[in-house]
Amino acid sequence: MSTTTVSQLDKVKDGPWNGGRSPWNLEYGKIMMWFFLVSDTFTFSAFLIMYGAQKFAQPTWIDADKVFQSIPGIAESGQPLVFVGIMTFILIMSSVTMVLAVDAGHRNKKNEVVKWMLWTILGGLCFLGCQAIEWTHLHHQGFWFGRNPATGLEGEAVAEALAPYFTKDIAYTAALQFANMFFTITGFHGFHVSIGVLLNIIVLCKTLNNTFQKSGSYLMVEKVGLYWHFVDLVWVFVFTFFYLI
Amino acid sequence: MDKKGIWRVFFVLLALTALEFLIALGFVHHWGIIEKGMFLNVVYIVLTLAKAYYIVAYFMHLKFEKSSFIVCCSVGLLFIVYFIILLLIEGDFLLDAFQSHPVFPNN
Repeated sequence: MSTTTVSQLDKVKDGPWNGGRSPWNLEYGKIMMWFFLVSDTFTFSAFLIMYGAQKFAQPTWIDADKVFQSIPGIAESGQPLVFVGIMTFILIMSSVTMVLAVDAGHRNKKNEVVKWMLWTILGGLCFLGCQAIEWTHLHHQGFWFGRNPATGLEGEAVAEALAPYFTKDIAYTAALQFANMFFTITGFHGFHVSIGVLLNIIVLCKTLNNTFQKSGSYLMVEKVGLYWHFVDLVWVFVFTFFYLI
Repeated sequence: MDKKGIWRVFFVLLALTALEFLIALGFVHHWGIIEKGMFLNVVYIVLTLAKAYYIVAYFMHLKFEKSSFIVCCSVGLLFIVYFIILLLIEGDFLLDAFQSHPVFPNN
């Protein structure tokens, strides 16, 4: 009787958290990338929630369908959502090519990794180009940090200048806060995309340099991939809250 | 996840995005069947969260990690829900508070 009790007490614990092994079975850098992305989620959430709070605090709000109407080089106005649709498609597409690069890395196929990384970088650059065009367009209309098309005007001229962008009542502060939040949030997202493109280029160079081939692991592609998907993820939310709602 | 799986997730994301565009461009803007409002916002947010799930679970591979890691990365996000509720209530309060009380000069 007593011998069985003792042997149960002395039994070696072999759960995931009893030491001697990696409980999450993940490499350190990958866990750190995840933790960074969780913290970045809070930053972007704070921005977007502030946008929502502003919207709730204003008696009226700008109509996104009327602000974003142009397709550069094709139509000056009357085409809401089409251009941002193209941008969204580009970013989703580059997310797919990134997973394909990670997948190729798992199979140790250097040439495939290079091919898909190049497509991903191209997608990222196309997205940044589109965003630059969008910003330029809005800037020409008079929107900027702390500025809207009615800045400097007075009286009825304010309503007249802002009328094209509103469906409901017209208000200077609503247009101003929209401009501030739009440039801050898409700007911060665009900054993330730029960093992502830079990281992708570095990883591409290392791949071409056979660094991963020699070390036998394409884990770095995976880590940069996590970051790149996160950028796509943020855009999904920015797209919904700025362009759809 | 194999190549077939990757493309399957891509088509799910594409379909969800296409649905959003169909609603926004077709039903709201072009045909005028649905009006912008709370119902439509809920639809958009549900579609967005579905897209976010597919990106995080499959593209970022989180679904296939150890469950304790999934919990570790996602449980903190509950604070975001709390934050959303707090700030939207605050914004709604300010709408009323800002509009109904004028500022008087203090001579």
